[in-house]
Amino acid sequence: MSSDKQPLMLEARGITVKFGKVTALDGLDLTEPSGQVLAILGPNGAGKTTFVRTVATLQRPTSGELRVRGNDVVRNPTGVRRDIGLAGQFAAVEPTMTGRENLEMTARLFGHGRPEARRAASAVIDQLGLAEVADRRSSTYSGGQRRRLDLGASLVGAPRLLLLDEPTTGLDPVGRREVWDAVRGLAAAGTDILLTTHYLDEADELADHVVVIDHGRTVASGTLSELKASVGRDVIELAVTDSARLDEAGRILERVTGSLPRLDRGGRRATATAAGGASELATVIGYLGSAGIATDEIGLRRPTLDEVFLALTGDHAARTAVTSQNGSTR
Amino acid sequence: MTTATQARPAFPTAISRPVSPPGLIASSAQVSLRALRKYFRTPGLWAMGVVQSVLFLFSFRYVFGGYIQGGATRYADFFVPGYVATIVLFTGGGIAVAVAEDRVAGFTGRLLSLPVPRLSITAGRAAADILTNAWSIVLTAAFGFLFGFRLSGSVTDGLAALGMCMLYGVVFTVVFMVIGLMAPNAQAAQGMSMIAFVFAFISSTYVPASTMPGWLQPFAKYQPITPMVDAVRSLIAGSGSDVGLALAWSALLVIVFTPIAVLRYRRG
Repeated sequence: MSSDKQPLMLEARGITVKFGKVTALDGLDLTEPSGQVLAILGPNGAGKTTFVRTVATLQRPTSGELRVRGNDVVRNPTGVRRDIGLAGQFAAVEPTMTGRENLEMTARLFGHGRPEARRAASAVIDQLGLAEVADRRSSTYSGGQRRRLDLGASLVGAPRLLLLDEPTTGLDPVGRREVWDAVRGLAAAGTDILLTTHYLDEADELADHVVVIDHGRTVASGTLSELKASVGRDVIELAVTDSARLDEAGRILERVTGSLPRLDRGGRRATATAAGGASELATVIGYLGSAGIATDEIGLRRPTLDEVFLALTGDHAARTAVTSQNGSTR
Repeated sequence: MTTATQARPAFPTAISRPVSPPGLIASSAQVSLRALRKYFRTPGLWAMGVVQSVLFLFSFRYVFGGYIQGGATRYADFFVPGYVATIVLFTGGGIAVAVAEDRVAGFTGRLLSLPVPRLSITAGRAAADILTNAWSIVLTAAFGFLFGFRLSGSVTDGLAALGMCMLYGVVFTVVFMVIGLMAPNAQAAQGMSMIAFVFAFISSTYVPASTMPGWLQPFAKYQPITPMVDAVRSLIAGSGSDVGLALAWSALLVIVFTPIAVLRYRRG
């Protein structure tokens, strides 16, 4: 309490959460300092939501230890609850109440008296650009406005750590952009943020630090550039002119690079990581030429976050992530 | 990043940190206020109760009432106290649905993430539902008079009977909260609440249990609603002879269901 040093944002040691026979978190370890936006990335079912619920004291760990800003979630849950603000996948605002009423209610539930609750609600309304709609019932709000109100409700108690569980799931691009701007503003003003997402671009846009979890365990952690560098090798990407020759081009990629190519039939594209860089690219071009396969495009590039994700969590996970990002049902 | 910092005052510092977490009363009041606002701002919720009461009273008084010969007692004087006593079995579905909705929509999770005393989540919700039940009971009783019910005893006896109905409002608030907490979603809560109709109809509410076929009588006589309804009638008549058993049932239901409600709410 009295130390000048900021306590760690999170300190998890072997956190395990079991629901009957299902293991949602399986000995998760994590140590994260304060003063950052942390993104927890993982495919659906990786344990992201369970992790956030555990941090928010909504879920007791079956075993392991978790401290949130120095407070143990089991021994001192009230201490944790005073430090956090939670906004979830579902906007937990009361539709029959106005935005202001929702915010004032939540402020009172954080422990504010009536005047401070009013002040906190007004400050949040200004900050999140809700002034025009603040005195309307929140049932009339757009998806983005409702999500921002929900975000605001988690802020009225001046939390030190904001927990955002998939803050933009189900929003249209405009709504997503609005929530991102709000989150950036908060981070810039010094609030610690932990967000979960399966949108890779969201982590790319917002996070300082990324933790990838899969099957309830931490599989990688670092800054985005560190993660990209850890997967390392560049990627050869090509687009064939005739889609019938895609498989053949893929086989050439595999033979040269020694890694399994990914084929995108719609885009007539094949990609493969290439440890050998430019010389392997030259070889591929040579082979394609002698096989008479015309390409629209071919080149070497840094891996995208999707590919990093794929490399870290395996095929199944990346497909889920990429699919949900595009919003298609596959 | 820096431009955002300069363009706006450091936002979190504009809000002070609460000195201490809220107390039980203050947080329960907020939870209640929100539930009451939702109820009275949703015409579908409060108006449905009114419409249903009027429809039931009308049907039993004028549609079935002509055929049901109650001997010495006028039928309106028989069924209106029974209906008022059991109105909470019909409004209870709304409680179960609201509780299930709060959980599914994440509102309960939000509450549990706040530094409020855990008990205030159950207590605040229950207080609001007890109030809306009281409102339904008073309203239904008033309609009862409009549809021909008359007190056979004193006004004090009538008020005692009304008080008994209010007690049932408290008892069944807890019961339906548990149904809402057990249900996986709002539709299921609605469906599960229908079980209450069995208790409402196979009881002495609309006709004396003794008029039912022999195989049905044991259920009708020994389930809690029959003594509860009989107690209200006996209070109106000034005897209060069945009150003891009704109070015992009420106490049993509260003792069984309250801990379940409190514990289930903690899980979110």
